[in-house]
Amino acid sequence: MGAMREAVARIKSFFAKEERDADLEAELETHLELAVEDNMREGMSAEEAKRQALIRFGGVQQAREQQRVARGLPWLDVLLQDLRYTLRTLGRERAFTIVAVLILGLGIGANVAVFSVVDTVLLRPLPFAQPQQLVRILSKNMKGGESTATFSTDAVQEIQDRNKSFQSITGYFAFSGPDNLKLMGNGQPKPVTELDVMGNFFTTLGVQPILGRLFTLEETLQHSRPVVVLSYNFWKRQYGGKPEVVGQVIRLNDVPVTVIGVLPDTFDFGSVFSPGARMDMFGPVIPQDIREEGNTIALVGRLKPGVTMAQGQAEADLIFPKLEFNVQHPEYGSAYTARFLELKDFVSGKLRRSLIVLWCAVGMILLIVCVNLSNLLLSRAAARSKEFALRSALGAGRGRLVRQLLTESFVLSSAGALLGLAIAWSLAAYLAHQGSIALPLLSSVRIDGIALTWTVLIAMTTALIFGLVPGMKIAAGNLQDGLKDGGHGSGTGAKRERLRSTLVISEVALACILLVGAGLLLRSFMKVLDVDLGFEPSRAAAISVDMKPIPRTADRKTFETIQWAQWQEVVHRAEALPGVEAAGIADSLPMSRNRSWGVSVKGREYKKDELEATFVYIVSPGYMRAMGLHVLKGRDFTWEDGPSSDGAILINETIAKHLFPGEDPLGRMVQAGGDDKRVIGVVADMRETSAEGDAGWQMYLPASQDGPEGAQLVIRTKLPQAALSATLMTMLRQINPDQPAVELKPIQNLVDHATSPRRFFVYLVSVFAALGLFLAALGIYGVISYSVTQRTQEIGIRMALGATMARVKWDVIATTLKLAAIGIVLGTVGSIAASHLISSLLFGTESTDPVTFLAMVLVLGTVALLAGYVPARRASRIDPMVALRNN
Amino acid sequence: MPDSRPDSKLDLLQGTLELMVLQTLATMGSLHGYGIARRIEQVSGDEVLINQGTIYASLVRLQQRGWISAVWGTSDNNRKAKYYAITAEGLGQLAKDSAYWLRLASVMERVLAMPKEGDV
Repeated sequence: MGAMREAVARIKSFFAKEERDADLEAELETHLELAVEDNMREGMSAEEAKRQALIRFGGVQQAREQQRVARGLPWLDVLLQDLRYTLRTLGRERAFTIVAVLILGLGIGANVAVFSVVDTVLLRPLPFAQPQQLVRILSKNMKGGESTATFSTDAVQEIQDRNKSFQSITGYFAFSGPDNLKLMGNGQPKPVTELDVMGNFFTTLGVQPILGRLFTLEETLQHSRPVVVLSYNFWKRQYGGKPEVVGQVIRLNDVPVTVIGVLPDTFDFGSVFSPGARMDMFGPVIPQDIREEGNTIALVGRLKPGVTMAQGQAEADLIFPKLEFNVQHPEYGSAYTARFLELKDFVSGKLRRSLIVLWCAVGMILLIVCVNLSNLLLSRAAARSKEFALRSALGAGRGRLVRQLLTESFVLSSAGALLGLAIAWSLAAYLAHQGSIALPLLSSVRIDGIALTWTVLIAMTTALIFGLVPGMKIAAGNLQDGLKDGGHGSGTGAKRERLRSTLVISEVALACILLVGAGLLLRSFMKVLDVDLGFEPSRAAAISVDMKPIPRTADRKTFETIQWAQWQEVVHRAEALPGVEAAGIADSLPMSRNRSWGVSVKGREYKKDELEATFVYIVSPGYMRAMGLHVLKGRDFTWEDGPSSDGAILINETIAKHLFPGEDPLGRMVQAGGDDKRVIGVVADMRETSAEGDAGWQMYLPASQDGPEGAQLVIRTKLPQAALSATLMTMLRQINPDQPAVELKPIQNLVDHATSPRRFFVYLVSVFAALGLFLAALGIYGVISYSVTQRTQEIGIRMALGATMARVKWDVIATTLKLAAIGIVLGTVGSIAASHLISSLLFGTESTDPVTFLAMVLVLGTVALLAGYVPARRASRIDPMVALRNN
Repeated sequence: MPDSRPDSKLDLLQGTLELMVLQTLATMGSLHGYGIARRIEQVSGDEVLINQGTIYASLVRLQQRGWISAVWGTSDNNRKAKYYAITAEGLGQLAKDSAYWLRLASVMERVLAMPKEGDV
């Protein structure tokens, strides 16, 4: 109780310093006056009385000091004093301060930015209620893209009915393309992206609308009353965030649809389930409508509380073989299998290693920053040894001096942290708006409380690390040496230089590891960019075509005839445009939507798992040329392959090799999509989902035989694509006045999107490596430059004794190269040890790639040479007379 | 071993000055800093090594613990002075501390008066 009261009183006094001091002064004055009076009463002279009073009192200054210590917060006083002193010193040495804060700011900023990405993507739970219960239900065999990762509506129904491990199972239609609907209304139709989800999708995830409501059971069963809920961003963008939109009827394509709700800002479907995709609105999946379309539903389940993934998986392994489809079609083997993946793992599992590598890289930068600052502070401490010696002689304890140094490093570190936060904040804001980088959750990257805590933590750790090295030197060294004429060439000087050299060597070694890592990733990236995709994205571009609606009453044959004619008109008119070399239509493009069907040789029996799911493209004549795909054998489609002709098919090389080994596939009959088709040609393999992946099975069908929904017009041109965009739009509007305003997008965009995560990592790691290289160069320069300054006198003498300029220059450069060489050797060993961490991220590159290592040695060597050359030149220009006289 | 030379003075043990201040205020009533210092000097018969200035740190400590209170007043010869008085809590503390000191002193006395072995 007393201690508590004393603490409060001390804090109060601390802030009422002047008042308390005035009180004390008044008391002291009275005290001395009374004492003098007493003494005079005893018969002393005035002067003697005063003298005696002061003697009995003891030191007045001491009494003041004692009272201050007793009443206030002495440690805080000292701290503030240290701080004031530090700020004064740093203010005086502005160049040093700016360099140190910049280096720290870069290091801390990079760390906080990467931390916030790692935190968002890996550490933070998904933005759903109890996200650990959420499971992505996949198939064990997923070679055929989305089609093998999804389930038919019948299968979904059965799984929902039979399972006992899940509270609920839900899903969404996995094949919604971007801009799949047009919003009609004032003026030109506007393209919107709509996605159908199962009725219980949002409730299963635990997402509540901020306005209106979610789907009712009735609305998910039939089409009678079409409804949508809007995404937050679309609501803001299209309706200015007005709440009145709920309940309004809008027109999508030609259908009136009621807006029933608005989803919260925190729900970003794209960033969780389909990185880089923008979703505008969600409607209910109507099972009857897509029943015949095969596997279309991506499944997500919420486990019951207390049920583990393993239990769920065990149950699924029992249930799935008994699914109706599996029982009725034994020839497909078990088409439906289940592989459970925690939703979080599904979203970001693949990125874990990349992000950890990034984290390590940025951690190394921080280490290099620490080493660099230790070095800077060390040379400063050397320069200040006289000051320290003086302060020590005046009674400052060693502890006090070390504390002073630590205060300095904490002040520097805090300033660096502030700068770093600003850097990280802008980086995070920039990343959050990079829709083109296909990284999940990126849109929610931000500097939050945890990132702030992390900043404080690394700033403090950094300050400790780089502050302690010079601090320990002070603690261990003989302070009085500082007073003895600078101590040039004395034992401590040499020891200090050795320490500095060690620091530089470790800096070089760290930079070396970073360079090798970045080099390997960069080489992999080059290899990825170099991959023969099978198509030629350059000079090709695509635009979404909105076809005139075909009456629902049309039977399949009529439908196909109308559609084929529409496509022909679009392609012919596009081909006729000036500057267009080739044009063609496809229902989907590689590296965007991927779905697969089955294909087999007609009349042949296949064993289980002998066939692979086959990616299918429904295309028009001209598409192959427009896309730059090569027909290797046989012929391309013509307009003759229309609805009235026999079914024709083009297969890729991989299919030809598997289905017709050693035979000529041309003219052979296959079954694809349930119909008989004749193989008319073989097309070169192309990369379907990514540049790194295998080609897989691919086939092409003409639109005359399977009516697709979407249509992408692909054109090949030498003209700048922007120039063609308006012309194409006019042409499309002439054919269909309802054609929404869409952009002509380079095919290269699709490839870039697919390689964007790799590009992102390579870019960041390269930036870090460059930063590390720069800091290492700075370190080398600092050390060599310092040693030249220290040895001015010695060099002067040597030159006076006849050493040539070249000789002096070479000596300095040799020292530099020696340091760099040791660092490079250590770094190479470290790189070999560390490279296994990134080996799984490499593509077409060995982790011991000699080119990378050689390049690293060359780059580091050159940079070291440059960093050492400047001081070497200075050394060689030392005028012996001036050097000697100055001493 | 206490030095018995008359010119040497006693160093104060930790906390003793505070106890002396409390006792002085308890017996003398309200006093200013100079008065307290003089009184202690007089009672100790000038045996204690004390700088009068030291008293002010003790006064602050006692005040912060709530054992004494202070008010500004006027001294006999019309000077502005700060008067200290012991509080009820201070009286309690004084009782506790003095009991402790007396016990300790008697124990010390007995221990130091211990006869040599063989003298028994």
